[in-house]
Amino acid sequence: MPEAPPDEEPALHVEGLDVTYGRALSALRSVSLAVPHGGVVALLGANGAGKTTLLRAVSGTLRLHRGAVTAGRIRYGATELDGRDPVAAVRAGVVQVPEGRRVFAGLTVDENLRTGGLGLGRRSPALVRESRDRVFTLFPRLAERTGQAAGLLSGGEQQMLAIGRALMAAPKLLLLDEPSLGLAPQMVARIADVVKEINTQGTAVLLVEQNAGMALSLADSAYVLEVGEIRLSGAADELARTDAVRRLYLGETADGQGAA
Amino acid sequence: MTTFLDNVLNGLALGSVYALVALGFVIIFKASGVINFAHGSLLLLGGYLTAVLHEDLGFAGALAVAVLATAAVAGLMDRFLLQVGGQDAHSAHVQTIVTIGVDIVILTDLSRRIGGDLLTLGDPWGDSVSGLGPITVADSRLAAIVVSTVVIAGVFALFRYTNWGLALRASAEDMEAAALMGVRLVRMRTLAWCLAGALAALAAVFLAAFPAPGLERTTGQIALKAFPAAILGGMASPPGALAGSLLIGLTEALVAGYQSELHVLGEGFGDVAPYAVMVLVLLVRPNGLFGAKGAARV
Repeated sequence: MPEAPPDEEPALHVEGLDVTYGRALSALRSVSLAVPHGGVVALLGANGAGKTTLLRAVSGTLRLHRGAVTAGRIRYGATELDGRDPVAAVRAGVVQVPEGRRVFAGLTVDENLRTGGLGLGRRSPALVRESRDRVFTLFPRLAERTGQAAGLLSGGEQQMLAIGRALMAAPKLLLLDEPSLGLAPQMVARIADVVKEINTQGTAVLLVEQNAGMALSLADSAYVLEVGEIRLSGAADELARTDAVRRLYLGETADGQGAA
Repeated sequence: MTTFLDNVLNGLALGSVYALVALGFVIIFKASGVINFAHGSLLLLGGYLTAVLHEDLGFAGALAVAVLATAAVAGLMDRFLLQVGGQDAHSAHVQTIVTIGVDIVILTDLSRRIGGDLLTLGDPWGDSVSGLGPITVADSRLAAIVVSTVVIAGVFALFRYTNWGLALRASAEDMEAAALMGVRLVRMRTLAWCLAGALAALAAVFLAAFPAPGLERTTGQIALKAFPAAILGGMASPPGALAGSLLIGLTEALVAGYQSELHVLGEGFGDVAPYAVMVLVLLVRPNGLFGAKGAARV
């Protein structure tokens, strides 16, 4: 894996990470992973493998789940992220889109987008407008529904809103947790296009997915997490040809979608 | 007819003061999931500070100090007693029970200081009255309506237009998602408690003003009447708290005003009426007037 120099082009480096929940349940064991500047990295694994835990560790929300980093470090560029709060991650340019979309249902689309900028404090109106225009260019459908309560949007629109909300913080690295979950195949393809587009505009993406087919088609490189440990890693197209991945993850895709 | 208008106006005045208190309950509940049983004590603290300071500082100065001090006490209580060890270190239930303890401490000390006295707050309205067409009404009640309306409108504007208001509403819906957006939950919460404390201190002035005899150690119990108002409205809904407060205020004033016609219900039914209304409303709408879960697609 090519290592970007940490200062000029910030990259995410996770090294030897151990995470424990409630001081007892070990969820991750010496996990190392890197997301280069401007890259797309997929993180695959079954339910309970620790994918979301890894994202929580990066975004600083482990505490909300009584989890803690017990060993290892997380750096984004020059910023240490382990043990910090979510504000630190957002300010460093690392923003997570949570699994299951989690839009604020009672708030309007416009207000949801406004929440995306809350971590950055006061910003100039011009800058906010610029971010919003970018989101509306990516998702024209949101622009038509600014005054509508987010809870009344369709699942796909809510996923767009969740991504748009995160983009309002102008992230340099976007953490996407299962963006395809529960969406129709057509919408999954649409989300994949959007992820590609966001990446082309210069934002790195760490994509957590059970839909391995979609994830591997988007990513440059990928990691496979199994019961808290990295089992496989490498270039995405190589991994896609690996027997283990084909059998365990690509074969499972159809079922996974049906169940979701 | 004039009696009726009289009662309605009194009810609106009472209701608007209850609204200041009930809004405090709701803000705290939305921000932290805690029901603040110390709210009555905070109210009494605000009133007490205004009472002891007004001779030196003048009414406006005393009120300003009392509002700021009560806000500070509420904020400190939240930050260092309830959020001790982290904003999520203790469940909302545990924190709610802590507020009962805080209530006892503040109330005991203030009762000791106030004793059996009736304190005047030095408000500018005194016992003057104004004629509005056929009815006469105490100036303090008109002031209560005007000031409450302005302050409540201001609070609603805070909810809608400021980053703090947005953060509060977002985290009330989904705390983790709000945290992921970079909302500083600890700070947002503490500010909410400060605001609720300030509103309680302001309410104390109108609860102690004419025609009430003054501030006594039981004035804080008035918060107990704003509590059904908040519940009526759905506990997490500011407009609901407003509607609930007006309903409770009107009920209380009308029941008291027509007491002679209602004596079958017994003396002092006006004190019980808020709870009777609360129970009746909850029988029909268990989530409160505005408590229906927001529009959501499943």
